[in-house]
Amino acid sequence: MSEPILVAENLTKWFPVKRLVSQVLRGERTWVRAVDGVSFSINKGEIFGLVGESGCGKTTTGKLIMKLLEITDGHLHLNGEDVTHVRGRALAKHRRSVQMIFQDPYSSMNPRFTIRDVLMEPLEIHKVGKDMKERNAWVSEILNEVKLSPPEEFLVRHPHMLSGGQRQRAATARTLMLNPSVIVADEPVSMIDLSTRAEILHMMRQLQRELGLTYIYITHDLSTARYFADRLAVMYLGKIIEMGPAGTVIDRCLHPYTQALIGAVCEPVSGKVNQIKDVPIKGEIPAATNIPPGCRFHPRCLYAVNECWENVEPKLVDIGGGHMVACRRHEEIERIGAAARTSEASLGLRRSTRIS
Amino acid sequence: MAMERVLEVKDLELHYFTRKGVVRAVDKITFDVRQGETLGVVGESGCGKTTMGTALLNMPTPPGRIVGGQILLDGLDTLKMSEQEIRRRVRWESISMVFQGAMNCLTPVYTIERQMKETLQQHREMSKEEAKTRMKNYLNLVGLPDDVLRRYPHELSGGMKQRVVIAMALFLEPRVVICDEPTTALDVVVQAQVINLLKDLKAQMNVSFIFITHDLSIEAEVSDRIMVMYAGQISELGTSEQIFGPQGPAHPYTQRLLAATPLLHQEVTELAFIPGTPPDLVDPPAGCRFHPRCHVVMDRCLRDEVPLREIEPDHMVACWRCFHE
Repeated sequence: MSEPILVAENLTKWFPVKRLVSQVLRGERTWVRAVDGVSFSINKGEIFGLVGESGCGKTTTGKLIMKLLEITDGHLHLNGEDVTHVRGRALAKHRRSVQMIFQDPYSSMNPRFTIRDVLMEPLEIHKVGKDMKERNAWVSEILNEVKLSPPEEFLVRHPHMLSGGQRQRAATARTLMLNPSVIVADEPVSMIDLSTRAEILHMMRQLQRELGLTYIYITHDLSTARYFADRLAVMYLGKIIEMGPAGTVIDRCLHPYTQALIGAVCEPVSGKVNQIKDVPIKGEIPAATNIPPGCRFHPRCLYAVNECWENVEPKLVDIGGGHMVACRRHEEIERIGAAARTSEASLGLRRSTRIS
Repeated sequence: MAMERVLEVKDLELHYFTRKGVVRAVDKITFDVRQGETLGVVGESGCGKTTMGTALLNMPTPPGRIVGGQILLDGLDTLKMSEQEIRRRVRWESISMVFQGAMNCLTPVYTIERQMKETLQQHREMSKEEAKTRMKNYLNLVGLPDDVLRRYPHELSGGMKQRVVIAMALFLEPRVVICDEPTTALDVVVQAQVINLLKDLKAQMNVSFIFITHDLSIEAEVSDRIMVMYAGQISELGTSEQIFGPQGPAHPYTQRLLAATPLLHQEVTELAFIPGTPPDLVDPPAGCRFHPRCHVVMDRCLRDEVPLREIEPDHMVACWRCFHE
């Protein structure tokens, strides 16, 4: 359980922005710094959650791991091998061991294919299986695995003949066809109804246990991330700003951005109808072409002091128990948080203010 | 609190006439909306919640048609009015709607000012200056600066566009605003800000909101009363306290839906889910429509259709298990 299967070191992806003639002449370049130095290590059999708002670079990170995009800088190791710039056969091998589940199962499947074609394609591309018989048997086995049974009934169907949940099961089946060791799941349940969402996550987790899979679960939904992932990394503008065991990151978060994210989550509890929610954040997310100097969160942070933008960017530091945070003032924030918790508990106060 | 009823819906029926057959998307639903409250409508996709919203504005999407029932706005049946009368008195005047993905319904080639003015000129005769002041006032009300008027939609962020659309739904001072999934396309932080805005507006303006969403946790945040829909019918209607309070909801569907919602600050090892899929509304199951997926189903549920009955004040349920006969 403890050996790292996937290690990212300072993973970076910058996209060039189209330049005006005047900018070319002046030699100016601008970049969208989608992923800006991300480091993490994922252990075998772990579910690693990558959370953040749209545009924070979480999907780009997933695509870098898949090697769907060329890595600008940094290193990526899979099973101890450097796969940063693999090509040709080695790349094909990498793609076999890392698979991806996409957000929208409908648009990621050819509508003219039957489920059988969808599942057969990876086997044909990678020339897996001796003959048709063996491939067919494998397809049926996988369909049983994702609980699309009886397989015969689903093999002849087209994607539009499946419900959202079934489609996502088929997408999961497709990723399993090549016996991968790592699966990147990019928002696998965000398009699925609440009633079946848990069912899909449940199935994914069962598969993970049975087959010893490692997942990278990319999502914006903190509640399912906490339920599903073992470890969480919170991303903001292309950088991980807090990382640690899922429960710790949610319940004892120290980065002001994580606190704002958590404060913004709605929960099905009564008595909040007439209260204004306290979301400790200001402004809007800046463009990734123009990342603020110093701590990239400082323009929106309520705790920011001069040194936050004058000094270099704070690094992720381990504060115990694998909980890492990239904030200069995390100790003070922890003290404030602890004080607030005790006063809240003793007075029974809520942080929200009543309006009516 | 006895509050004045703004809108009363009685036995509303809306069917889609498709090649496959008649889809009974909204099947005899009865409810009311009270002055200054937020009524939440929840359900899975395809349960008829958006269809119900369009029916209230009397503009069903083809091939849909309203085939029966009454929509009483201050006692007057809007379904009996002519199209002209509806435009003059109901649509946007009394009931307005923030559509799903509303931020994408702004025309990319017009400035915000031009789009807002269009609505205003259709409904009110006012001078340019008056119109401009009004537009500015409403933009400020939703927390946007005046210079948004000169901008094009692509220059605004998702949250700002959503605010513009909310301002447009409000500026004819309607009595009821229907919000159809107003926050689903937004990020959590922006979503919380929009929710705060809606609460603030409700307190300031005394308008009623109908808040349609598939997410129970958002309903807990905004709605005074919650209406749970399943397969075109109401399965439960109660106050926030009755649904989300300690005793929990009465209908098995609501119970399961709530159990399937993960809580942020709780260690959950197994999350419940509802097996099966919602029924085909061309040929819904006999008896209670939820019976094929229900975990406490009885013989009677397969046989007899369930009425919506009051089990305690303000709390209506459609489940044979909940009736004490």
